[in-house]
Amino acid sequence: MSESAIAFDSGRVVVRSEPWLARVVIIGLTMLFLTVFVVLPLVIVFAQALTHGVVAYLAALAEPEALAAIKLTLAVAAISVGLNLVFGLIAAWAIAKFEFPGKTLLITLIDLPFSVSPVISGLVFVLLFGAQGYFGAWLQSHNIQILFAVPGIALATTFVTFPFVSRALIPLMQEQGTLEEEAAVSLGASGVQTFFRVTLPNIKWGVLYGVLLCNARAMGEFGAVSVVSGHIRGETNTMPLLVEILYNEYQFVPAFAVASLLALLALITLIAKTILERHLDEGRQVRDH
Amino acid sequence: MVRGSSVVTGGSGRRNTLPGFGLTMGLTLTWLSVIILIPLAGLFLKTFELSFAEFANIVTSRRTLNALKISFGLAFAAALVNLVMGSIVVWALVRYRFPGRRIFDAIVDIPFALPTAVAGIALTSLFAQKGWLGAPLAELGIKVAFTPLGIFIAMIFIGIPFVVRTVQPVLIDLDPEIEEAAASLGANRWQTIWRVILPSLIPALLTGFALAFARAVGEYGSVIFIAGNLPNVSEIAPLLIVIRLSEFRYADATAIAVVMLVAAFLIILVVNRLQHWAQTRIPVH
Repeated sequence: MSESAIAFDSGRVVVRSEPWLARVVIIGLTMLFLTVFVVLPLVIVFAQALTHGVVAYLAALAEPEALAAIKLTLAVAAISVGLNLVFGLIAAWAIAKFEFPGKTLLITLIDLPFSVSPVISGLVFVLLFGAQGYFGAWLQSHNIQILFAVPGIALATTFVTFPFVSRALIPLMQEQGTLEEEAAVSLGASGVQTFFRVTLPNIKWGVLYGVLLCNARAMGEFGAVSVVSGHIRGETNTMPLLVEILYNEYQFVPAFAVASLLALLALITLIAKTILERHLDEGRQVRDH
Repeated sequence: MVRGSSVVTGGSGRRNTLPGFGLTMGLTLTWLSVIILIPLAGLFLKTFELSFAEFANIVTSRRTLNALKISFGLAFAAALVNLVMGSIVVWALVRYRFPGRRIFDAIVDIPFALPTAVAGIALTSLFAQKGWLGAPLAELGIKVAFTPLGIFIAMIFIGIPFVVRTVQPVLIDLDPEIEEAAASLGANRWQTIWRVILPSLIPALLTGFALAFARAVGEYGSVIFIAGNLPNVSEIAPLLIVIRLSEFRYADATAIAVVMLVAAFLIILVVNRLQHWAQTRIPVH
């Protein structure tokens, strides 16, 4: 680098920077705002959970009610994430690899659950499957329980987490184009072979990314699940619902103990997300060159 | 801009050689209808069972109107705070180097990742009268928890990532030469920011604002613990839906939900227009 280039570069920095006082104020406000609104709420969850020590904390988590909630949460997340993973892959293939009219509308419709209040996401299933709902009488006469049972909770969770996987995959697969798949097909590979041997290896980080975010939301969903669950203790309470019940009964240590598990999940999700984003960026750079 | 899709689409007929379009599109539309479209349509269908007078009666009843005012009004105010604070945060994260920058950057996403019920009880104990922040605020005579102010705080929390994450990539990609050009033409730093940088960020800022607003309007979990939930004072619209449901007043719950859904659809439309505007006005180079 020649001397003039260096001088030019430092001139650049001066031109594009603010007086030091403005910088200090902006950085200070940023730190203060994020500390008050993000760091402290996170810290207080663990502080409250450990108020009476580690033994009380672990005892709260070993309660049968807590264990039942953990099991239900895991089961519901497995169902919803599984369904949305399969759907996400199928939808991303149709949308990213082909041109057709109405594509933007279709993507908007898939993203719809992000804009719907969680409470309304639960309400729609009450209107369908509740005692007074469209299918209520039929379900009752056939003795099928959807509402206030696991199927209802899984449905509401699937609704709420619907867009995550496809949203992670569509832009990625659009960027990658169709050349590799076309080459595979022209060499005689079937559609399924092409997908599993060519497409899937290319999008594996994107799939993981979508699953990660989908899972975090599925395990943490509160509003939609609250409307359809019926709050039957030990049966239809997921972890977020148990947090609410314990908190409203002033059982603060158990409430925050269960909450701390969910907070931990959020932290792990964020760390994994950062790592995956790095992989995705690397893939993008390789393609751009 | 050389991004994959535009290059590959070159030969227009080429895409059709890949198999599986009919099958995957059929499955996509079926699954979308079963999980999303039919349930949502059921909600609208349910409101048609009401006469217009009945619908209007529910929606304009004092308690419903107040709940809608509280949800929309406070969500708007919180989104404004997020617009201002989000701009400051994103500027610091993109333009400055300071200790802990990467960590602060990463934790911006916490409100996305933290389950709303957890955020709700955390904010409540933080701002309760004996809480870490509630106690000093109480000495100043400010009561946050169990007042509308608490709702406002929770809505700010939930909206933080939207403005930051929509503006961040735009600010990173902003061409440094336009700032240098402004400066070399004699603009001072303030003029450059106000007249050159800000206008190019406006679509992203408005998108972030709209997304934060939409999220806060429908927010339930992080709000209900700190709200106090006093009818007409600190009762949000989603909570009123839940209350009406528990009273088996399905018509009331549905009517309120439809009003909120229509508002949500309008916000989506606005955001889509904003995205379109942003794409067409930024010169491609």
